[in-house]
Amino acid sequence: MNLSLLIIIPLAAAIAVLLSRNGQQVKWISFLSSIAQLGLSLFLLSAFMSERANGNVSQMLFEQRYSWFAPLNIEYYIGVDGISISMILLTAFVVLAGVLMSWNIEKMTKEFYFLLLLLSLGAYGFFISLDLFTLFFFLEIAVIPKYLLIGIWGSGNKEYSANKLALMLMGGSALVLVGIFAVYFMSGIHSFDLLKLSEAHIAIDVQKIFFPMLFVGFGVFTAIFPFHTWVPDGHSSAPTAGSMFLAGISMKLGGYGCLRVATYLMPEAAKEYAPIIIILASIAILYGAFATMMQKDLKYINAYSSVSHCGFVLLGIGMLTKTSIEGAVMQMVSHGLMTALFFAVIGMIYERTHTRKVEELGGLLKIMPFVCSVLFIVGLCSLGLPGFSGFVAEMTVFMGSWQNPEMFYRIATIAACMSIVVTAVYILRAVGKTAMGPITNEHFLNLKDAAWNERLAAIVLVLGIVAIGIAPFWLSDLVSPGAELIVNKIAGVIIY
Amino acid sequence: MINELLLMKSELAVTAVIFILLFIKISDTTSNETVLKIVNALLLLNVAFGFCCMDTTGELFSGMFKTNALMSFEKNMLNIGTLLISLLSYEWLRNHRHLPEFFVLMLSSLLGMFFMISSGNFLIFYLGLELSTIPVAALCNFDMEKKQSSEAAMKMIMSSAFSSGILLFGISMMYGTTGTLSFAELPMLLTGSPLQVFSFILLFTGFAFKLSVVPFHLWTADVYEGSPVAVTSFLSVISKGSIVFIFLTTLYNAFAPMGEVWYNLIFLLSVATMIVGNLFALRQQNMKRFLAFSSIAQVGFILIGISGGGQNGTASSVYFMLVYIFSNLGAFGAVQLISSFSGKETIDSYKGLYQTNPLLSWVLTISLFSLAGIPPTAGFFGKFFLLASGAEKGNYILITIAALNMIVSLYYYLRVVRAIFMEKNEQPVAAIQGSIYEKAGLLICVAGIIAVGLYSHFYEYIYALSAF
Repeated sequence: MNLSLLIIIPLAAAIAVLLSRNGQQVKWISFLSSIAQLGLSLFLLSAFMSERANGNVSQMLFEQRYSWFAPLNIEYYIGVDGISISMILLTAFVVLAGVLMSWNIEKMTKEFYFLLLLLSLGAYGFFISLDLFTLFFFLEIAVIPKYLLIGIWGSGNKEYSANKLALMLMGGSALVLVGIFAVYFMSGIHSFDLLKLSEAHIAIDVQKIFFPMLFVGFGVFTAIFPFHTWVPDGHSSAPTAGSMFLAGISMKLGGYGCLRVATYLMPEAAKEYAPIIIILASIAILYGAFATMMQKDLKYINAYSSVSHCGFVLLGIGMLTKTSIEGAVMQMVSHGLMTALFFAVIGMIYERTHTRKVEELGGLLKIMPFVCSVLFIVGLCSLGLPGFSGFVAEMTVFMGSWQNPEMFYRIATIAACMSIVVTAVYILRAVGKTAMGPITNEHFLNLKDAAWNERLAAIVLVLGIVAIGIAPFWLSDLVSPGAELIVNKIAGVIIY
Repeated sequence: MINELLLMKSELAVTAVIFILLFIKISDTTSNETVLKIVNALLLLNVAFGFCCMDTTGELFSGMFKTNALMSFEKNMLNIGTLLISLLSYEWLRNHRHLPEFFVLMLSSLLGMFFMISSGNFLIFYLGLELSTIPVAALCNFDMEKKQSSEAAMKMIMSSAFSSGILLFGISMMYGTTGTLSFAELPMLLTGSPLQVFSFILLFTGFAFKLSVVPFHLWTADVYEGSPVAVTSFLSVISKGSIVFIFLTTLYNAFAPMGEVWYNLIFLLSVATMIVGNLFALRQQNMKRFLAFSSIAQVGFILIGISGGGQNGTASSVYFMLVYIFSNLGAFGAVQLISSFSGKETIDSYKGLYQTNPLLSWVLTISLFSLAGIPPTAGFFGKFFLLASGAEKGNYILITIAALNMIVSLYYYLRVVRAIFMEKNEQPVAAIQGSIYEKAGLLICVAGIIAVGLYSHFYEYIYALSAF
């Protein structure tokens, strides 16, 4: 299994898009490439599982390693474990759905798809990198396409949102950059190799300074409080596929980085700072949930609820138990699929009714049954109904959090649990008002239900959500060795 | 004899080109287009010639003139830059009355830089420096009809005379305290006495003026704005590059014992330079002024690389200059093309550029992204290596300030990108049909921006050369 294909396929498709002649070609190239990406990641999953079944216990599989900038020991070094594979799967699902959802883009089609593919390339590269330089390289590659996607194809106050997003994310990656240098020089081994670095000992004083940098740096991507403000603006201004990519993939880059780089490389500091992370995460969860209650625009509702849901990711990481970290990863996957689907549905509704205001919508179930059924599914998933992925993931986080016996952790867990109630309120209100009740506008009567591309996109994502919801064990089995490794590392840590 | 000539091959080649141009000027019958063809062919030959027998190492005139593979490479970089400038200013030069003089002056300045880079002694260094700055002052005045251009030339000559004076003062005191002007003998005679430190600071100030390091940057914006774009790009890329190279040589070799002093100076000045350059760039409306301030900020980053010292310091700075040549010339090339076809130079007039000139917009955007340090452009790698070189000293305050400054700089680079791609304009710049020269120039810039970064052998090659 050649992992580089995950980078080569989007790259080849992006170049092909640039060379293609018309919009039709562009769309089909992107579509085929995203099908290929999905196929490849499913194949990767099965290859990975069969390797593991055959008793291959090395930490990373399918490794590739080439020297890149020899004087600085920089390598193109890739490999995957269960955590990265679940992220890759998520990316592949969202990319396919995103490409399908942008089928009707008329303005600058070629550029649009080029940027989408570039973004997916960055995400894949980030998730498979085992070299900090390569990882950072791909992290930054994924920023600028978002800026252009929002700025050119967005709506509303798009330039402001695009600027804010780009600058805040770049600010995050600037902190990451400093952290990477510190790890490189202070570990004493002058290497960017993630596995080697995890074995090298970094002095606790150094960790105390640079762990927050790395964690907050990645945290900005995943909307850590108080650096979450780009999320509502960015999501609401972005075009449908842009929001899907942003919430579904881009926010996961941060969570993955917090886990794989910050926590994994500096476990002592992670333990030291865990209470602060938990407080910030709890604030994000509750604040996000309450802020959502006040929103009137469907996109803002989903954006603020993303802040709340991503809080669970950080909470799971901050709790530092095996189950909670597993839960964090599952929440990343679940939230990625769910929120992408939510934005897709909002996109479908907006494209037809030209409004996203909840109060102007109503009774859509009779007019577009498919769209509204999907809306129900995604709403129920978001509020954590059993049978969907949201329940599984949040439940795992809570279970993991409860394993911490101290009062402080218990209180934080209870506080986070309370957000579920709030979530139920805003989700049921928004979904109910949109789908049911009287038809608020007679123009709505002429609207059509979802087209083939929209149906396909929705079905792909619903399949993912249900697959995790009904049979969560394959995902948790996939994730748990990676989570265990991190926890063991922390358990072996002596606090000075 | 042949060997000695080979040591000076870059200088001799440039001198030959200058003489050919002088003959052309005397004959005075050839049309501008023919002259441009000849010049570009000659410059291309010059670049090609530069790459043969690169690894000749040796010295001439009892150590006054030194060369090695790294210096040859640096000279080749400047050669490439000069060729690119000549290609990119085709449209502007086509109708210029004093075409051969332009090239004679530019190449004389280049010759001065070559001598400066190769100097092993303060005397020849000073000669090279003067030879490289005085023709540029004349070049600044090459938009003959514009008052601003003369003003720029005046400011240029005044500030460079002033800085040369300070430099010379420093050199003379250095001679007074050590009794030598040779770079090779200086380290042994440096005692770190207050007078020596003082004279070193004067010397450093002279360099800082030429590099437009804050607080010695005030001449830059006015000169850059007033001069023709070709001269601005020559000043900001070639001229700056040569100073960086000789700065490296003097600091790392001649003033190695004063490491502590110059490290602290560089630390303070690079922070000031990055912050001030970035803050001033935020509000600029004129593209040339904008690029002037952004290039001041870039110097701040180069200083971080220099502060690292050793092989990493040399390699990262030289590598960044290579990246900078392509990125900045790409940006200036696009600006020049737009300016000479439509006369527009403000950021506002770039609104809607993508609708009329998609390819040119991409070239400008890629160049700006490279200047901002966004992957996969070479600028990302350049900045990363500069910061890595600085971080080696363990000064993370400096690195953090630099990293945060990258965000500020991204803000203003994105301003231009936003104007190009997102904002609407009633009268966008009309579609531009550049000549083959300009297309070739921009193509080389973009290819350089992509290849120099991703293809790691460039850096590894420079790193190997930096062992000298």
